[in-house]
Amino acid sequence: MERALRDKKAICFFVLPALIWFCAIALLPVFQSAGYSLLDWDGIRDAKFIGVENYIKMLGDPLFYKAVWNSILLAAASVFIQLPISMVLALVLAGGVRGENFYRNAFFVPVIISGTIIAHLWMKIYHPSYGLLNMGLEALGLSSLTREWLGSEGTALAACFVPMVWQYIGYHMLLFYSAAKSISPEIIEAAQVDGATGFQTAWRVIIPMIVPMIKACVIFAIIGSLKSFDLIYILTNGGPVHASEVPSLLMYKKIFISNEYGYASAIAIFIILECLLFTFIVQKIFNRIQKE
Amino acid sequence: MKKEKRKLKKTGIVTTVLLVIVTVIQLFPLYWMFTFSLKSNKEIFGGNIIGLPQNWEWENYTKVFAKAHLGRYLFNSMVVTGLTILFTLVLSAMATYAIVRLIWKLSNVVYFIFLTGMMLSIHAVLLPLFVNMKPLLDTYWALIIPYVAFAMPTAILLMTGTLEALPKELEEAAFIDGANIYRVFWQIIMPLMRPILSTVAILTFLSSWNEMMLAIAFVSGEKYKTITVGVNDMVGKYSTKWGLIGAGLTVATIPTLVLYVFLSKNIQKSLAMGAVKG
Repeated sequence: MERALRDKKAICFFVLPALIWFCAIALLPVFQSAGYSLLDWDGIRDAKFIGVENYIKMLGDPLFYKAVWNSILLAAASVFIQLPISMVLALVLAGGVRGENFYRNAFFVPVIISGTIIAHLWMKIYHPSYGLLNMGLEALGLSSLTREWLGSEGTALAACFVPMVWQYIGYHMLLFYSAAKSISPEIIEAAQVDGATGFQTAWRVIIPMIVPMIKACVIFAIIGSLKSFDLIYILTNGGPVHASEVPSLLMYKKIFISNEYGYASAIAIFIILECLLFTFIVQKIFNRIQKE
Repeated sequence: MKKEKRKLKKTGIVTTVLLVIVTVIQLFPLYWMFTFSLKSNKEIFGGNIIGLPQNWEWENYTKVFAKAHLGRYLFNSMVVTGLTILFTLVLSAMATYAIVRLIWKLSNVVYFIFLTGMMLSIHAVLLPLFVNMKPLLDTYWALIIPYVAFAMPTAILLMTGTLEALPKELEEAAFIDGANIYRVFWQIIMPLMRPILSTVAILTFLSSWNEMMLAIAFVSGEKYKTITVGVNDMVGKYSTKWGLIGAGLTVATIPTLVLYVFLSKNIQKSLAMGAVKG
């Protein structure tokens, strides 16, 4: 058996297809992107090596800063608005309520639906004259608040954020819920015997025990926001006047609309580095929290 | 003790109200989508925006299939997603077997290479793939190939965890009986890994069925468009016909919803497991 498990031919047979496929399609193109980012290239004419000029251009481009700032706003909103909501729901459900499974299944439904569908549905919700939102406001006597949510510079980004929260609340809820459920019931009972209220049990006992899952969710929420594309592409395409521009969308437009391949690649490299940086920072912060 | 009990009951009501409100917020938009898919513009613009349809316009559905080719797009999505799942499962399981059970020097290095894939996203390679795969653009392969590549790291991570925990006795017995390594893999390892294979299949289904960036960029011809892109184009074409748009969105959602109804527990478990990769 030992000899069979050392058979070079078998090893190659099992590992090479996946390895070659993965390296050729996912890994090496990242280096290719890095290479492109040093070129002046429109995809048709000959490429010219220009060193870091694309990066210099990027760092001097107000639109780029706008896009990055917007994506950071989205990330902050996810962490400080979306995750707390998910956490409350998860703790309430994990604490045991009647219909626990029904609620969990219901909250989770939007997670599995395609972002494209969600975006088009919300476009109708935001419709200025027949959308649910303006209709609802009018019904409540708040006509003064109705507006073109996606068409106003002041509200476009927030209007893109709401469906993102709506879609993924159930996802983070599920992750917090399953982490909270994995805590042994004896620990929670012990806290209750000591006279802790539901809130105290959650805050002092459950939350500290699921810090690793909170860390994972914070990382997912941030990275998801920094890379957001689908919803914004459909809802506003970054408009109006770039009010809801984000880096992935900017990169996409640089590739397929203005054919600035070099510049687009610089943005792609920036997105990868930005995500790594944020992951690293979150890890550091949580390591400190976990030590305490 | 008595006091404590009353308090619990009281929070019970507040909680129930909260949970019901959230349920309505999460589900009402979908109910609304379904109802306006069955209305005519006249009805919607005539004031019946949130009620049930007065005339159930099932024609909206026949129209989206006849005029907007949604059937074709659904078929394309099934082909792309089906083949993506198949390749992801077989190739990842093979690589996992080599990494966990076979004895060779570089196995840890190769495992590490696959893990770096966790950090990568499709965004980062959009342009290089667009350039490298020029001849394959506008075919199923333009989507399947990248979807498989980006599904493998999670698949291998999850499968490695499972296979490491499986006892080796069955394999040893099979070798002693004279089975060769390929047979051991196919007839013993694969069946033993069935639960994790289904988890990976669910994760891969959701990510490839719902993917949009590559689907829009790499496939523009009618013939190979997937449902997400097809519906997106359809909405552009019939932008003022709410009923048709609603029908298109509903048709595109139904396959995932049906799957969810039957597998909600498995789907939730899979997504929770897939998250542990972080």
